[in-house]
Amino acid sequence: VTPAFEPVFQPASDQALLIILGVEITLPVHHRVVQLLRAIEMERIQGVVNLHPAYCSLLIRFDSLRIGHGEIEARVRGLLKEMPADERAHARVVDIPVRYGGESGPDLNEVAELCGLTPPQVVDLHASVRYTVYFLGFVPGFAYMGQLPASLVVPRLPRPRTYVPAGSVAIANDHTAIYPMSTPGGWRVIGRTDVKLFDPSRHNLSLLQAGDEVRFCPIS
Amino acid sequence: VQSPGLLTTVQDLGRPGFGPIGVSASGAADPTALRIANRLVGNPENAAGLEMTLQGGHFLFPEGGMIALGGADFAGSCEDVGLAPWTSYEVGRGQVVRCGRSKGSARCYLSVRGGIGVPMILGSASTDVVAGLGGVEGRPLRRDDVLEIGAIPAANPHRTLHPDLWTLLRPRELFRVTGGPQAGWFTGESVATFYSSVYSVSAEANRMGLRLEGPALATTIATEMISEGVSLGCIQVPANGQPVILFVEQQTTGGYPKIANVIAADLPALGQLKPGDRIRFRQVDLREARELLYIQERWIASPGAYL
Repeated sequence: VTPAFEPVFQPASDQALLIILGVEITLPVHHRVVQLLRAIEMERIQGVVNLHPAYCSLLIRFDSLRIGHGEIEARVRGLLKEMPADERAHARVVDIPVRYGGESGPDLNEVAELCGLTPPQVVDLHASVRYTVYFLGFVPGFAYMGQLPASLVVPRLPRPRTYVPAGSVAIANDHTAIYPMSTPGGWRVIGRTDVKLFDPSRHNLSLLQAGDEVRFCPIS
Repeated sequence: VQSPGLLTTVQDLGRPGFGPIGVSASGAADPTALRIANRLVGNPENAAGLEMTLQGGHFLFPEGGMIALGGADFAGSCEDVGLAPWTSYEVGRGQVVRCGRSKGSARCYLSVRGGIGVPMILGSASTDVVAGLGGVEGRPLRRDDVLEIGAIPAANPHRTLHPDLWTLLRPRELFRVTGGPQAGWFTGESVATFYSSVYSVSAEANRMGLRLEGPALATTIATEMISEGVSLGCIQVPANGQPVILFVEQQTTGGYPKIANVIAADLPALGQLKPGDRIRFRQVDLREARELLYIQERWIASPGAYL
């Protein structure tokens, strides 16, 4: 099976090239983004200074005095050609123990109310599926994960909190995430984990990487 | 640190390369000013210095040292002797370097021969205040902080920057841009408005981004999109139509359409904008953007630029 969507290469700036691999958020498109990200990392193209993966696209930042849009496009086209089209490599699965509700999850009861469920049903649903890490952003190690079961889809808080503690497990729209550090935030906090998501002194700086699968395990 | 000033952080040229785990490149807001100040004291260009914002600080040098100030004129002095910008000075043991309010643009850099010795986090000394990484405990300087002078090998210092080049470093109002990935989403009228209007830098202008105020811009397609990677200096337009320029502590992705992107050669000058400043945009093509960067890099590295 060949992907129906032809990749689009678009200059995003004089030092950035945007590669669009699809126009809808789907797992196969996202898988290709992650495949391409890893291939470019392995390739170590001289002059490439940073990579910004997202749902359906990858942005390459480069030093325009060392390499140009055209040369990067040619190299990436070569890598795309070599990438297996329909083979999904085994994703790494990461288990995250979570204390749901109470002080750890101040929004659990309201989420339950909004969804017409009981708090234990929300916990069961949230922990019932595997999530895919689409990409990391907002702050270091903050993983945007989907898809949340449809019955748990709720909007963000109308007023973001000025302080969300590190380790907070939260949901918004059809996504879930874990706050790696204490920051302001507008997602609804339903639990907390003691797992350290980001640690600059650790070999794996960020526990989660784009393409990982995540399971939440309720603990008391 | 006898007094930190309004917002003073340790900065070098940043930590690019960690985009895949959501780490912003950070680094000096006006890297050209830091690079030149470093060259004046004989440091490598990427040595860590102090970035002061609008109001500078007072720094005691118990052991003395060689310093240079670059960027905006913050009325620097040392023991009542005025310190000209873009010039190196020897500071004696126990003397205090004092910087005051900016006489012009937003940021002034203090480079010290040997650099500022702070732990390198992900390959950089740069402070990322949003993420709490780098510099001194990932935060702006406070009174009574003690900074070590680093031990990086330094080359011969220079007395000053060639006066002909000072004019190139003046704050600018006109910024050159290339078209953004969603430039075609905007109405023709909005694109014309964007390039013909003067915007003003709002009070919300910091290392993460600069919010602008001026004629609103409208898209024909949608006001939000599937989030994608965003590059430094991209000009996003959220639903209210007021452009926002993403800056050095930017998030790595964004979900608003981008009408344009400031070219690499003009990014450092963004670091000198302050609230209330005027800003205009002119579109150039990719080739011209590259030539402008080439010319700029050539004079920064030119031996004739330094006396």
